Amino acid sequence: MTSSAPSVAADATDEAVPEGIWGRISREFRSGNLGSLPVAAALVVIVIIFSQTAQNFFTAVNFNNLITQLAGTCLLAYGVVFVLLLGEIDLSIGYVSGVAGVIVAELQLPGRGVPGLICIVLAVVGGALIGAFQGSIVALVGVPSFVVTIAGFEIWQGVILKSIPQGVIVIQNNTINNMDGYFFSDAAGWIIAAVVSAIYVLSVGSGAFSQVRHGVAIRNRALLAAKLLVVPAASFLIVYICNKDRGLPFPLLLIVAALLILTFLAKRTTFGRHVYAVGGNAEAARRAGINVARIRILVFTISGAMSALGGVVLAARLNSVDLNAGGGTLLIDAISAAVIGGTSLFGGRGEVRNGLFGALVIATIANGLNTIGYTSGIIFIVTGAILLMAVTLDTVLRRIQARSGR
Amino acid sequence: MTATAETTSERRATGTPALEVRGLSKHFGSVQALTEVDFEVYDGEVMALVGDNGAGKSTLVKCIAGIHPADGGQVLSDGEPVDIHGPKDAVRLGIEIVYQDLALCDNLDVVQNMYLGREAHDRIHRLNEAEMEKKTTETMASLSVTTIRSIRQTVATLSGGQRQSVAVARAVHWNSRIVILDEPTAALGVAQTRQVLDLVARLAQQGLAVVLISHNLHDVFEVATRITVLRLGRNVGVYEREKTTQQEVVSAITAGVPTKVAGIAETSA
Repeated sequence: MTSSAPSVAADATDEAVPEGIWGRISREFRSGNLGSLPVAAALVVIVIIFSQTAQNFFTAVNFNNLITQLAGTCLLAYGVVFVLLLGEIDLSIGYVSGVAGVIVAELQLPGRGVPGLICIVLAVVGGALIGAFQGSIVALVGVPSFVVTIAGFEIWQGVILKSIPQGVIVIQNNTINNMDGYFFSDAAGWIIAAVVSAIYVLSVGSGAFSQVRHGVAIRNRALLAAKLLVVPAASFLIVYICNKDRGLPFPLLLIVAALLILTFLAKRTTFGRHVYAVGGNAEAARRAGINVARIRILVFTISGAMSALGGVVLAARLNSVDLNAGGGTLLIDAISAAVIGGTSLFGGRGEVRNGLFGALVIATIANGLNTIGYTSGIIFIVTGAILLMAVTLDTVLRRIQARSGR
Repeated sequence: MTATAETTSERRATGTPALEVRGLSKHFGSVQALTEVDFEVYDGEVMALVGDNGAGKSTLVKCIAGIHPADGGQVLSDGEPVDIHGPKDAVRLGIEIVYQDLALCDNLDVVQNMYLGREAHDRIHRLNEAEMEKKTTETMASLSVTTIRSIRQTVATLSGGQRQSVAVARAVHWNSRIVILDEPTAALGVAQTRQVLDLVARLAQQGLAVVLISHNLHDVFEVATRITVLRLGRNVGVYEREKTTQQEVVSAITAGVPTKVAGIAETSA
């Protein structure tokens, strides 16, 4: 490279350092890239309101209840985030999760002698295959995902109705029921908090270390330090709260583990990068040599697998599967969670954690209003209003972004 | 690849273009976009490709890039016939293209666009962000692209000129042998046009084969070594920049008579 390299590199880094937190926020706002900021703020407001108005809301017992209420929706929402990143939609996830519940319930029947863990794995594989099948029709044939998955919505609902003629299958297998109902001992909870913190710090730290080693400036040292402090602190705080009640619930570990793994997949691997690229500009991705069809199929596969995992947790929560499996508000809640969390419906913008934040908002509203004594009518209205606000914000941000370029 | 250290003049003398297209045809439905088009570019020269709207310039490039499969004809790299079935094949031959519509992902930042589809990663496909960022900074510096504040801002926040800089930088970044620029100065102001033209000349000096597609004959006459003119999807002539005038090229663009399949060797004076 030419001799002008060092001076320009220095210019770039000099520019980056004085930019504080507010500078970053204003730049991110102008570029339409607010991410989880609005939903995090909304969540804080909601929690404050309910802890003032609802008795028994701000308690350890209710926190654990909240986690088990949102676990299934949250796992589905993670898959939805990936699908939305592509700018596609998957409307079949609700009943795919129901099918997974049926698979797990059928396999665990005492007469069959299938170990619980195998039942769970097979159910998840089944969901993944359904996703891969639907994704292939979208990616290879070119049928819009809306139509393919609405067909899936009908088909898998029909499959559920056909496969439970007796109306309900009771799940007696402990391994499966523990997917929802198991609580870790206090000591185990602390160890898990330590392990999660260590994984997070190591992963963020190794990125920063690699930057230093390559002589790349670290922007936002303050933000990096805050991340390294807040996430471990939050982990221990959450375990502390859980231990005041029955202990850390297994579903919480499940959604945190899924969050870490899927975030790694989305942000740190070539696959994840290509998902964002296809969602941002599929033609550019294709010209860059990315196998767009393969990415689409894999994303729908992830969506199917996460739906199935969520379906298993939901079945474990009821200790049974019935004709309503995967129905009700599950589909709408999961998609709303991803969108409320800040994932763009237009593709290319969003993070896996949006699914968790959105699911937290939806579950907290339902839980809080329930605690106060409101009926589901009010809960639907409030949830719908928040969804509307989230989508409006996304649309406005997109317009700001389109303007800021020119 | 068998790229040796031959000089440009030796290559021109031995008659093996870095890239050669023979009798390439392409139609979209009933529209015949290209008819038996010949084209060649040698290492170390800037070959301009000019023509009116719809003359087939972009289609020719897309066929070379593997975006569109050609209906007929041959592509030769260093005199060897090659099959280009997709963008990856073109990349393997060292062909880099800067498209008119830039082909950047708005939602990704400069570094991510620079490495799109070719990300630096380890064995488990984990991205090496620091290395990508460092090398992007180096490339931007080597091209004197100083207008972009942070290479970690998304392309959506960049101006048209900055986007063009990113697209050109991406093509150069990969040590390619043949760089094809589709209207690189169309959206640029005076200063940035100057910068891109300087860059084009520098690429040729470094021994790359450069194809410059442009409407702007002023730009073309400034940097091109030779000029290929297309009209209505056919060859109408190849001119040496130093032996022709803008008037001659303009009349070829607007009213040129197809040279048919006579071949480039006969038409280039």
